[in-house]
Amino acid sequence: MSENQLINKEDLVVRFAGDSGDGMQLSGTLFSDASALTGNDIATFPDYPAEIRAPHNTIAGVSGYQVHVGNHIYSSGDKCDILVAMNPASFKSQLKWAKKGATVIVDADTFTEEALEKAGYADNPFTDELERAYTIVHAPITSFTERIGGEQGVDKKTADKSRNMFALGMIFFLTNKTLEKTNAYLERKFAKKPEVVKLNKAVLSEGYEYAEKLELIHSKIVDIAKADKMEKGRYRNITGNVATAWGLLAASEKSGRRLFLGSYPITPATDVMVELAKHKSLGARVFQAEDEIAGICSAIGASYAGALACTSTSGPGLSLKSEALGLAVMTELPLVVVDVQRGGPSTGLPTKTEQSDLAQALYGRNGEAPLVVVAASSSANCFYWAFNAAKIALEHMTPVILLTDGYLGNGSQLFRIPKMADMPEIKPRLAKENDPNYRPFRRDEETYAREWALPGMAGLSHRVGGLEKCPDGPLSTDPENHALMVHNRQEKVNRVANYIPDQEVHGNPDADLLVIGWGGTAGALTLAVEEMNNEGKKVAYTHFNYICPLPKNTGDIMRRYKKIVVCELNNGQFANYLRAQFPECPMTQYNKVMGLPFEVGELKAEFNRLLEK
Amino acid sequence: MEKHFVPKAEVEYTKADFTSDQMVKWCPGCGDHAILAALLATFPKTGYKKENVCMVSGIGCSSRIPYYVDTYGFHSIHGRACAIATGVKLANPALSVWVNMGDGDSMAIGGNHLIHAVRRNQDLNITIFNNEIYGLTKGQYSPTTKFGQVTKTSPYGTIDYPFNPGELVMGAQGTFFARTLDCVPQLTTDCMTRAAKHDGCSVVEVLQNCVIFNDKTHAAITDRAVRDDRTIVLEHGKPMLFGKNKEKGLRFNGRQLEVVTLGENGVTIDDIMVHDETIEDTGIHMMLAHMGGDLPVALGVIRNVKKVSYTQLYEDQMDEQMEKGKYKCMDDLLNSGDTWEV
Repeated sequence: MSENQLINKEDLVVRFAGDSGDGMQLSGTLFSDASALTGNDIATFPDYPAEIRAPHNTIAGVSGYQVHVGNHIYSSGDKCDILVAMNPASFKSQLKWAKKGATVIVDADTFTEEALEKAGYADNPFTDELERAYTIVHAPITSFTERIGGEQGVDKKTADKSRNMFALGMIFFLTNKTLEKTNAYLERKFAKKPEVVKLNKAVLSEGYEYAEKLELIHSKIVDIAKADKMEKGRYRNITGNVATAWGLLAASEKSGRRLFLGSYPITPATDVMVELAKHKSLGARVFQAEDEIAGICSAIGASYAGALACTSTSGPGLSLKSEALGLAVMTELPLVVVDVQRGGPSTGLPTKTEQSDLAQALYGRNGEAPLVVVAASSSANCFYWAFNAAKIALEHMTPVILLTDGYLGNGSQLFRIPKMADMPEIKPRLAKENDPNYRPFRRDEETYAREWALPGMAGLSHRVGGLEKCPDGPLSTDPENHALMVHNRQEKVNRVANYIPDQEVHGNPDADLLVIGWGGTAGALTLAVEEMNNEGKKVAYTHFNYICPLPKNTGDIMRRYKKIVVCELNNGQFANYLRAQFPECPMTQYNKVMGLPFEVGELKAEFNRLLEK
Repeated sequence: MEKHFVPKAEVEYTKADFTSDQMVKWCPGCGDHAILAALLATFPKTGYKKENVCMVSGIGCSSRIPYYVDTYGFHSIHGRACAIATGVKLANPALSVWVNMGDGDSMAIGGNHLIHAVRRNQDLNITIFNNEIYGLTKGQYSPTTKFGQVTKTSPYGTIDYPFNPGELVMGAQGTFFARTLDCVPQLTTDCMTRAAKHDGCSVVEVLQNCVIFNDKTHAAITDRAVRDDRTIVLEHGKPMLFGKNKEKGLRFNGRQLEVVTLGENGVTIDDIMVHDETIEDTGIHMMLAHMGGDLPVALGVIRNVKKVSYTQLYEDQMDEQMEKGKYKCMDDLLNSGDTWEV
């Protein structure tokens, strides 16, 4: 390879696309892992259909996995430099994600008349114009893979399962990487199936060698910059859902409270439960309930009995949990509800990302039912926000909704591994056994949090429930008491603001334009703002993780700017929430409701338009 | 190995130890008063530590019961008591968890949670107060209201076929089912005590009278004049005899159960079925739970089968993984797999 001229690139985006079942998610993961292990920063974005195996070779069945590697990686990238399309349907549906001039690797063997027709092509798609616009590599992936399979005595159908390795081998050549890390992974993963290891390794290296012999792409080999500004420390790759699960486990260890998760499978949140179910040795008590309602209700019961209780779900599941959330508010029990948002309403777009559950999280209950809402803003920081949500729940005796989304949850990123000793303390507000002064709704003067008396503790027996109570515990329908209790529950949530850090402004703080974002859009917004400031434009940026209550200096920040744009993947739910609290601040909004994350390009176009206005 | 998770008390309790200071607000004459009394008499018999007793209820008249018992209590939301109790027991298996629900609460809005709690066989003591009506909302038909009955929401008679709670429990592979009458507190206490001692999910159905909205709904079997002939109290290992002088019995004729009289048509005690509450197959218990009409309604413990409880299985798995699991603390997990130094 040394004779080839390497192109040095700050970053590179690769998109793997094929039939669901073609192993595209695995190829993407193996490429991102190998990149991370060789010093690149990474971010990934799986873009897959809701169907497990939609009809073969149709557009409905196309599954994609985008990997962004390089230096200063904030998001999974807008458009790709290299596209792998394993069949005509993926070529047709994914070409729009390729940059002009991108390298496009297609499995030439799959472009049969029948497959072309299934993908909706009337003619050969490879027009001269198209061939000029991209570097299209017509690689005989299937036939080469099947040949190797044949040599090893493997039938065609089995061999076909390794086609993804051929494409991956080509990508490794094109990105000047070795096969070592992936070979090691294959040996580990299929340790009990040596024949699978042998075949995959052979196909992987065949793909690499095929690319090596292909002069067409020798001018395209890139050397991707290693991450240079990364904080020193030990790193790993992690998805948002795993990070969320680990954050909850960490909070359990720190607080000394058993972790309980009551949940029901729902895309894209299921992996939180799947991950926690593995960790009984760390005390994780996972319960797969009969439905979403039982998921949260079992968690409320577990909380009453003294656990760090959690439930994980996505939009429609959160709707089902609404009534029980009100019960958690009323009983003032600690509870963490993880909502991995997806496109709605109703079943909506189960596998696509959106931020449209915000209003539901803030307001979706009967009565005056305040609770704390926080949002993670990267796959890796799901760990800290899950930890933080648990800390707030336990110390302030309140349900907390943690909003992540499909993009964060399924996407992955580098994660600097913390030491548990460095994590903040968590001090649950436990009552003392046989305390003669214990009253179920006696409050701490500072936080307004009540004390947590657990069944099994002597001398503290009491009743909680959905009916209004008076501070001493018994039921009360007294009008003054109800007003007092409503006020106290709200005040308790408001006072959480006394324990959270000030909101920070990034970019150029002296700008005229303030960009506001929240939750999972931080990657694209950060990059858009950074690029604009590098281009000489003045843009300030603030990103919210604490949603309810807001940091106390939020109004001060907002009042400093002439122009404010609130960017979110919904029709303006956060913008309207801010408007209600800061009616003196005029703001515009930039919204996208397509089940897709923001692209840097579209954000910059909008910010430029606003600056010129 | 079978474990007993709930600690025993060192002192002997009396009914008074479990009586709360709250005013009982059920209607005068309501069957719930008698059920409460039976329950208060049950707790001392179980011997469990008082602070380890936790009552969980749903919504409805009967679900007010946690306020009237001086233990930990959770008066939750409509239909969800089983789900909440499941979490309580999973978080702390050392608690004796009691679930109290009405017929609408447990079998309409909460039907799903009931059958799944029963199916899992988690160690919960479930009591269903069955008055065949929605009382707290003032008289609408419930899933157990008799077919054809006129109620506020069925002015022309219900066209809903009712559930039989016992059949639901058997259908869900339940391991313990008993039926009792509110007006026979001794039988209720016996059933509840045995339910508490059962390792697994127990369901006790109490046929309860709502004096205001469904008065005398069970009168056809509970009235003193007919009770001995219309009900049969089953006892394990004993022939299924009933009637004022135990002159009648149940015989299985090869197809179904039938009532026979001792001494008539050559019937002797040897023809009478002997109750075996421990048969794993639900068939005969299902038939017994189904009885009514020409057959006497079965009372007492109908089914009591040994099967490892969910609680036991759960704790065994936890213990095993705690001992064998690779990761002993979060630092282990955080640093597992592929990691590298920057």
